[in-house]
Amino acid sequence: MKFGRLILANLFRKKVRLLLTIGSFAVALFLFAFLGVVNDAFLRGADVVSADRLVVTNRTSIINTLPLSYRDQILGVPGVTSATFDLWFGGTYQDPKNFFPQFVIDPENQRKVFPELAVPDDEWNAFLKDRQGVVVGAATLKRFGWKLGDRVPIATTLYGLQGKTFEFNIDGVYHGKDPKDDETQFWIQWEYFEQSIPERIKDQIGWYTLRVARPGDAPRVAKAIDTLFMNSPNETRTQTESAFAANWVGQFGNIKFLIVTIGTVVFFTLLLVTGNTMAISVRERTPELAVLKAIGFSDRAVLGFILAESLAIASAGCVGLVLAMGALPALSGAMAGMLPPLLIGPQTIAYGVLAALAVGVASALLPGIGAMRLRVVDALRRV
Amino acid sequence: MVRVDERGKSGSLIEVRGLDKTYRRGNEEIDVLQGLNLDVDKGDFVAFMGPSGSGKTTLLNLLGGLDVPTRGSVTVAGDEITHMSRGKLTEWRARHVGFIFQMYNLIPVLTAFQNVELPLLLTKLSKAERRKHVETALEIVGVADRMNHFPRQLSGGQEQRVAVARAIIADPTFLLCDEPTGDLDRKSADEVMSLIRRLVEEYGKTVLMVTHDPLVARQAKITLHLEKGVLVEAGERREGVAAGGSS
Repeated sequence: MKFGRLILANLFRKKVRLLLTIGSFAVALFLFAFLGVVNDAFLRGADVVSADRLVVTNRTSIINTLPLSYRDQILGVPGVTSATFDLWFGGTYQDPKNFFPQFVIDPENQRKVFPELAVPDDEWNAFLKDRQGVVVGAATLKRFGWKLGDRVPIATTLYGLQGKTFEFNIDGVYHGKDPKDDETQFWIQWEYFEQSIPERIKDQIGWYTLRVARPGDAPRVAKAIDTLFMNSPNETRTQTESAFAANWVGQFGNIKFLIVTIGTVVFFTLLLVTGNTMAISVRERTPELAVLKAIGFSDRAVLGFILAESLAIASAGCVGLVLAMGALPALSGAMAGMLPPLLIGPQTIAYGVLAALAVGVASALLPGIGAMRLRVVDALRRV
Repeated sequence: MVRVDERGKSGSLIEVRGLDKTYRRGNEEIDVLQGLNLDVDKGDFVAFMGPSGSGKTTLLNLLGGLDVPTRGSVTVAGDEITHMSRGKLTEWRARHVGFIFQMYNLIPVLTAFQNVELPLLLTKLSKAERRKHVETALEIVGVADRMNHFPRQLSGGQEQRVAVARAIIADPTFLLCDEPTGDLDRKSADEVMSLIRRLVEEYGKTVLMVTHDPLVARQAKITLHLEKGVLVEAGERREGVAAGGSS
């Protein structure tokens, strides 16, 4: 690295400009990381799905319910090993802003279908014995500072309950076995809910989740279930858990397209900013570059110096990724439980670094090639 | 011995034959050099004089491989440089030419030491060997005590001394000086010129210098005038020059 000192000296020639350019990279990478984790959080459902799980919803829409009586018929379909159901509770804690996902669950089958969301046996048994008991995801427990044994009021305006507040006892805490697992849910006893709602909407659930003996059975089982309920008042739509998760995300619009578009605009703007900076930086030292060439530095060496400077700036800008990692807990908090925990995966970091380096190279390329082609005699005349 | 006809002995350090350089400005063609011949031996110190626009710097650029002639040839130490590729010329310059410019042209973000070290970065010398060479060069030009100063912390004369050290550090075949004292006061100019003379007299360097200043030109062994695209000997011929067949 005998040329390192020359590159560093040129890099620090205008310290304010250097800081601002690194800052541009850092801000862009911070935004990139944030967009990446949000995208990841939206798509997380599809990542953590099990290949042997199917979801059965009302064919019309997920907000339309299905009869509870379907459960036994679904369990009777060859290849189905277990089935459970969920219903969206739609409540808030103390303030409407305190949103998090609450599900009325089927305690009997929940753990059979979702074994990755682990609850200690003693806590689970306490939950089963307590009609007002709930099991809370570790992230939500932490978010509100709850602890086991706490009694928490949750109000809901759904199901004709007009703001009725339910009191729940925290009997258990579940943890995901994988860091990507959603730990924000709040599981409510079906029996307690069922006894509290009007007669006309009893025995209705939101969707079924079932397991099949072999993932290869999934298409046949899905077809059999939908055929079973064809022409009934509540036709079903059975799909793999990944398709269900993708449809769920799809309700928010084409998140990936949106994020890719924003990311592209950000990096293109960064390319213009850094390209302009590099062009100015090269132009203002044209005579120096000419002198380097005059004393024997090759065209490629001159191009190399400029690329190295630009790559050094881009690399320093990767501090934006570090800042994003540091800011994630705050960002997660700001999302107020709307999304699963925000995590920066190695893929996001790798893409961020690669994007920064690509912008670094691209922004230096034009001025670098200009410097490479520079004729010494022309440049020296400008002194 | 310096000759400006085409009858110089073969084996001169620098042989220039029939050198033409034509610039095009719009539709107009400007013939700057026209069939110029020159032979320079090792250890010569030649000053080129002439009015502005006469082609002095153009000649220097051609001799230094910074520009290519329209016609003719330049041969240095047996290497015919006029047909070399850009890359080859760059390598050739690193080995054979030391440049000294009017405006010093030091890299402002590097110290005097680092500026002088630059040409050595292209060699295989170790860091310790480079340091030794740089310190020696700075000693020779008399600014060793300023080696850690940046150009902005040096006087014009000191800057030009550092530039001289940079020019000689790689022990080039010859030095090209383009108005080396043009931006200096008389005292500094004298100091720089005595330094260049020392390089010729004590270290046997070959120096070709462009200047407007007759006092500076007088320091050279030979002064040649560039008139109408060819070199002619100065009216005040001092020693060792042959032109138009005379010697």
